[in-house]
Amino acid sequence: MTFRRLVAVTAALAALAGVAPVRAETTLRVVLHSDLKIIDPIWTTAYIVRNHGYMVYDTLFAMDAKGEIKPQMVDKYEISKDQLTYTLTLRDGLVWHDGKPVTAEDCVASIKRWAAKDSMGQKLMTFVKDIQIVNPRTFKIVVNEPTGLVLGALGKPSSNVPFMMPKRVAETDPNTQISDTTGSGPFVFKKDEWKPGDKAVYVKFDKYKPRAEAPSGLAGGKIVKVDRVEWKWIPDHQTAMNALIAGEVDYLEAPPHDLLPVAKADPNVKLVDVNPLGNQFTFRFNTLHKPFDNAKVRQAVLYAFNQEDFLKAVVGDAAYYKVCKAFFPCGSPMSSTKGMEGLLESNFEKSKALLKEAGYDGTAIVLMHSTDLAVLANLAPVAKSLLEKGGFKVDMVSMDWQTLVARRAKKDPPTAGGWHAFLTSWVAADILNPVMMGFMNASCDKAMFGWPCDKEIESLRDQFARETNPAKQKAIAEAVQVRETHYPTHVPLGQWYLPSPVRKSVDGIIQAPVPVFWNVTKQ
Amino acid sequence: MLPYIGRRLLATIPVMAVVAVVVFSLLRLTAGDPAAIIAGDNATSADVEAIRAHLGLDRPLVEQFVIWLGRILRGDFGESFFFKKQVSQLILDRVEPTLALATTTLLLTIAVSIPLGVLAAWKRGTWIDRAVMSFSVLGFSVPVFVIGYALIYLFAIELAWLPVQGYQRLADGVGGFLARLVLPSVTLAVVFVALIARITRASVLEVLNADHVRTARAKGLGELPVLLRHVLRNAAVPIVTVIGIGVAVLIGGVVVTESVYGIPGLGRLTVDAVQARDYPTVQAVILLFSVAYVLINLLVDLSYTVLDPRIRY
Repeated sequence: MTFRRLVAVTAALAALAGVAPVRAETTLRVVLHSDLKIIDPIWTTAYIVRNHGYMVYDTLFAMDAKGEIKPQMVDKYEISKDQLTYTLTLRDGLVWHDGKPVTAEDCVASIKRWAAKDSMGQKLMTFVKDIQIVNPRTFKIVVNEPTGLVLGALGKPSSNVPFMMPKRVAETDPNTQISDTTGSGPFVFKKDEWKPGDKAVYVKFDKYKPRAEAPSGLAGGKIVKVDRVEWKWIPDHQTAMNALIAGEVDYLEAPPHDLLPVAKADPNVKLVDVNPLGNQFTFRFNTLHKPFDNAKVRQAVLYAFNQEDFLKAVVGDAAYYKVCKAFFPCGSPMSSTKGMEGLLESNFEKSKALLKEAGYDGTAIVLMHSTDLAVLANLAPVAKSLLEKGGFKVDMVSMDWQTLVARRAKKDPPTAGGWHAFLTSWVAADILNPVMMGFMNASCDKAMFGWPCDKEIESLRDQFARETNPAKQKAIAEAVQVRETHYPTHVPLGQWYLPSPVRKSVDGIIQAPVPVFWNVTKQ
Repeated sequence: MLPYIGRRLLATIPVMAVVAVVVFSLLRLTAGDPAAIIAGDNATSADVEAIRAHLGLDRPLVEQFVIWLGRILRGDFGESFFFKKQVSQLILDRVEPTLALATTTLLLTIAVSIPLGVLAAWKRGTWIDRAVMSFSVLGFSVPVFVIGYALIYLFAIELAWLPVQGYQRLADGVGGFLARLVLPSVTLAVVFVALIARITRASVLEVLNADHVRTARAKGLGELPVLLRHVLRNAAVPIVTVIGIGVAVLIGGVVVTESVYGIPGLGRLTVDAVQARDYPTVQAVILLFSVAYVLINLLVDLSYTVLDPRIRY
């Protein structure tokens, strides 16, 4: 065989074998808001772990861009005529990252572990009489009375999300962190490449079977279009922005607002509105101690505050905030201004009159001021100023966020290491209705820090959970809001948005309350 | 010499014991609760309590201390509250970037500062002296992060010669390893070059007027051999002392530099662990740094005997 003939034969064999040119691996490098330190999205409610969950795990249902709950791992579901039995059938061909099929048994174990930790899951379980496995792909949830909570809870978009895990993992005690990261989601977590403080690595799961529908919010087809996603942890915002401009990373989730003009000015970077519902600033009361144990004093705060001052102080640019005089985020299905007339307009005279009526004795409000998170640092000084104008005495105590987190859990009197109030921010997806909104839980000792105690709010939240008609649900949500104006558990301080700076070579980013990386392409 | 080294090493034990007690107590006295941090913002008080019990933080402080000390004596630093990894493994993962950064910074510092200091002393009163001293004042006055951002802007963004951030392990290629160390090392070295150049100048100036230097020159020795053999060696003790202190200070500087350049080293681990109140990690890292300080001091003391034969232990 001559050399020329050898080359020809080799070329022909290669063509016959369908040898494709070698394609370079596509790696998407992103910087999220925090480092991934924990990998169990049920053990903690931390958002970064929730985001990790969406990479690795899949959910039975998911919320789409319109806020509607759609089937995700579920192929079809039936609700019995008496609305007491939900029969869920999994899609065919779903497999775990280790190649084993996803079964109904796995899902039931996952629901039980999630429900043991999540407040909405706990609420759901008060309705659940039984969960029965019908066959390897089908199970039934039997409730003791009709409720609109089943699909809403199973399609809950934010922490804790009911992620499905293999039975052997889901049987881990809910208070013990899992170490097995096997999921059935669109990405496989490369635990061997995970370096806390540096990066977390995910690769495309080739056997993932996406839904046929187009992606919408967290629902629809999760088609992965890159080979690998690296979550780089760069704690310094300026360095992260420099890395984006230099092309070392492709996407920044949460830079401070004052760096956005830098991103805007770079010809290779675009700003993408990833989370159109945005976030809400919130002022939280501790209802255990004087003077905030008196609802009238808390009402005075609703009159003393106005949202614009808070939003300007933190966000600055009006393009990134919206005054929203509603407890539920503007633009979400339960949003309404009912009952909010005359409130949040800095009516200091009305505030002072209410304080007089309530017999406020001048007790200084211990206001916790978080200084180390840029997005919260300016809130407390504004609150102090407005409260003082409204007739309150205020003792603003500055501390780092982690100290605040520990102190807010204390029920001690404010003069003995406790507190009266603090400010925080919620992702809108966490506060879409009265059951989801943690600060509306008014079940006394079982409520979140602040421990509000109001039978009427709890009764309305129960009604909401039972209601299956969306129009009636909205009416109940409005009733809860009106009740909140008489028995305030917290004060909504406006909505704010943060677009993500992204390299122009990156496309297909999905608008959702959680940053997700399926459908994303990189040139 | 050996008994001296033995005594010095033995003396580290009570030092480490004091460090252990102080670190343990300080961390517990500091406000903040790792269980609340782990549980996240949406967690209830019951969730936080469950995690606290799981981590053993609900036990009396004395009991916690005894358990920790017992583990340390067995060489076990425990498990990180957050990373679900052994602390020793976490530290091992982070040692290489910090050691690489510290070593390159030290080499760069010595290579630049000592010749500059000697030159400034030798050319005392000239523009060279004034230029070196001006640089020294500037280098010492400008904060590390300002130097860092300025270098990033110039060399990584405008000229695109070097990467903005990150670290590449030596095992993954020498080119990438060095490219990622240039800017952080220069950033850190500026301060130390300034410090050591000043000390070198002062020490060399003292020796330059000594009798033995005049004798060496009278014997007809050239200026370079005089400076290297007779001046620098006799001026070395204070310089080595400052370099020793500098290494200790370097660890503090590494924290800022590692943050600015996104290097996952021990400095960043310390900051992350402190912010997260990850007690086992903070305790282990501080103990490790303390051992490093003690050993560096010992090495500096021992180097005196080499540099000055009159010193004996």
